[in-house]
Amino acid sequence: MSKLSLGSMKGRSALSPFLNYAIVIVAFIALQVAIGMDAMSNSMQSLLVPVCCYIVMAISLNLTVGVLGELSLGHGGFMSLGAFSGIIVSIALKNLVPLSPLRLAIALVVGAIFGAIGGVIVGVPVLRLRGDYLAIVTLAFGEIIKNVMQVLYIGVDEHGLHMSTSEAGLLLSENGTAIVKGPMGAVGVTKLASFTAGFILILITLVIVQNLVHSRAGRAIQALRDNRIAAESIGISATKYKLMAFVTSAALAGAAGALYGLNYSSTLASKFDFNTSILVLVFVVLGGLGSIRGSIIAAAVLTVLPELLRNFDVKEYRMLIYAIVLILVMLVTNNPTIWGWISRFQRRKAEEKGEAEQ
Amino acid sequence: MKKKLLSLALALAMTLSLAACGSSGGDNTSGSGSQASSDGSITIRIGGIGPLTGGNATYGLATEYGAQIAVDEINALGGNIKLEYRFEDDTGVNETAVSAYSILKDWDVDVIYGCTTTGPCVAVAAETFADRYFQITPSASSTDVTDGKDNVFQMCFTDPNQGITAANYVKDNNLATKVAVIYNNGDSYSTGIAQGFIAAAKELGLEVVAEQTFPADTNTDFNVQLTACKNGGAELVFMPIYYGPASLVLTQANQMGYDPIFFGGDGMDGILTSIEGFDASLAEGLMLMTPFNAASEDERTAAFVEKYQSAYKDIPNQFAADGYDCVYAIYDALQKIDNLSEIAAMEPAERHEALCDALIGVFTSSDFKVDGLTGSGMTWQANGEVSKDPMVVVIENGAYVTQ
Repeated sequence: MSKLSLGSMKGRSALSPFLNYAIVIVAFIALQVAIGMDAMSNSMQSLLVPVCCYIVMAISLNLTVGVLGELSLGHGGFMSLGAFSGIIVSIALKNLVPLSPLRLAIALVVGAIFGAIGGVIVGVPVLRLRGDYLAIVTLAFGEIIKNVMQVLYIGVDEHGLHMSTSEAGLLLSENGTAIVKGPMGAVGVTKLASFTAGFILILITLVIVQNLVHSRAGRAIQALRDNRIAAESIGISATKYKLMAFVTSAALAGAAGALYGLNYSSTLASKFDFNTSILVLVFVVLGGLGSIRGSIIAAAVLTVLPELLRNFDVKEYRMLIYAIVLILVMLVTNNPTIWGWISRFQRRKAEEKGEAEQ
Repeated sequence: MKKKLLSLALALAMTLSLAACGSSGGDNTSGSGSQASSDGSITIRIGGIGPLTGGNATYGLATEYGAQIAVDEINALGGNIKLEYRFEDDTGVNETAVSAYSILKDWDVDVIYGCTTTGPCVAVAAETFADRYFQITPSASSTDVTDGKDNVFQMCFTDPNQGITAANYVKDNNLATKVAVIYNNGDSYSTGIAQGFIAAAKELGLEVVAEQTFPADTNTDFNVQLTACKNGGAELVFMPIYYGPASLVLTQANQMGYDPIFFGGDGMDGILTSIEGFDASLAEGLMLMTPFNAASEDERTAAFVEKYQSAYKDIPNQFAADGYDCVYAIYDALQKIDNLSEIAAMEPAERHEALCDALIGVFTSSDFKVDGLTGSGMTWQANGEVSKDPMVVVIENGAYVTQ
């Protein structure tokens, strides 16, 4: 899958990464102006933070799937780790850190750390192997995380964190609160996430991912993807560089999860299931493997689209239309005939230009 | 360079289109919200939220249709108060539920009716509490839905209460001394009832011989759970689960020759009619707690069932009946508000707040009672929980028989 797209993506990734920053910043300013002018509906405003989370998820998964060339089917699992650890930290530190932006920042960092720990646990044994084992193991990892979170009860009181498999087993003192309640999920979360925080997280993600990709390590990672044997023959340590890309990707997913979890008053473990992992993979594949700009645009458009369709008379069929749009985009972007037309059109224009100059 | 320009243009187009959608949405709705019109009639907008697609769509559609029938009836009465009704899909997911709620806000909604399922309802309830919208849910039964929020009311029993009621019923009628529980530990509804039941059963001196669980996504084979119940010698198996997996439990228990009393919660409603290929004779003797019996000879219930059947080609379940009752509860409460026409004349932003406070006042007042399909003389406590008589039915000869 990844090998097929190499030809088409090399040209794009060589383009200046600064354009990605520019797009994100321009979009942020334009949206802020729209909010300030009261020109944005409630429904669009409620989508801003989830869109930011999905963009970070898509960029980080692109690092694993597009740049490293390994298939990961459990990105939702890392998001889940980040979401729940972020929620727990934000509630546990409520009295200690009253400043909410600071608490949000701490929660995001803790979410990223837990995502990274998950990434190391999965990556260390699996990335030593050749073949599609990462896909299988991450798939199982996502399901394990979901099932563990569904039986886990976590509470906090003045003695610290308590963990159990039943609410009565938490043994909380009178002032204690149960934060995560098994299948009931995390409830009573104070909403800390904001669009600005999401925007900053996207910028940080872009800085990390783009600098990694364009660094010496990034070239080593890409070399491993293109030809492992050749790369190892010039002394590149396969496990080290694969782990570097995979853990970075997991940590960013954890941070995105923390932001997501802190945007809703309640979060269920069942949200971060296989479907969420596949949804993010769809963003990456539709946006183009290895194309960070593609990931950003695909994540934004595909998150907003089903909600936009509610405003039309076709709202009963909106999920059907969503699916058809996915199929059409997939067909069009992978259709050699259409790409042929586009390149012929561009060539003709270039020739005309050349003639005009003569 | 051309590519760069194109990308920038696309990004701009994207953001502008977002903004444009926003503004056009605002234009469409401004000024057309609920208001006192010249002939003195008042229009109130009710916005519903529930899953119309996905795994829980059966329940969401039932609540949508049940409320629709009530809205049509009320508007046909030709009274002073007219209702406008819109229902949005939340696919049973918190994130989508909050988006659906925002869409309703753009529509200048006055009262929120929903959500159907617990998880999304908890997420939306936090939003309505902060924004000050009155909310009544037909079927989200967790205590987390109403906990700490004065504006959210329930039409259904809370989960722990349902479990406690079931345990009391088993004890009072001497149905069994050894009981077992099979529940879905990936589902908050099922876990909530089961925990309430287990705690109450132990207190009442019933012996709980097996507490068996299954996860939400592998619910096809129950032989392990049933064997544990059988080996423990359970005379009664309590199953606070939905009717889909319950039908498999009944089939597999029959195959292994295990025949205890099976006792279910309100999620069991629908087991006789909604599953294709299920041998309804296996459900003989099944006991379940449901506030609504479609076969009841009560005049109002019969009329509701007839309307529902002719409109939607299906027999209504308790979700539909709860939805119907929700709309009538809102309507009854609106009639008790003295300065309703004054509130209706306000701007949308202030109107829902004033209406929220007024409705909370009515719902928590001691003399407010609602007679509906799911109970008569229903009242609400300040914490949003409903007080109504529980009803246990037994399936005999393929029909519900009220105990």
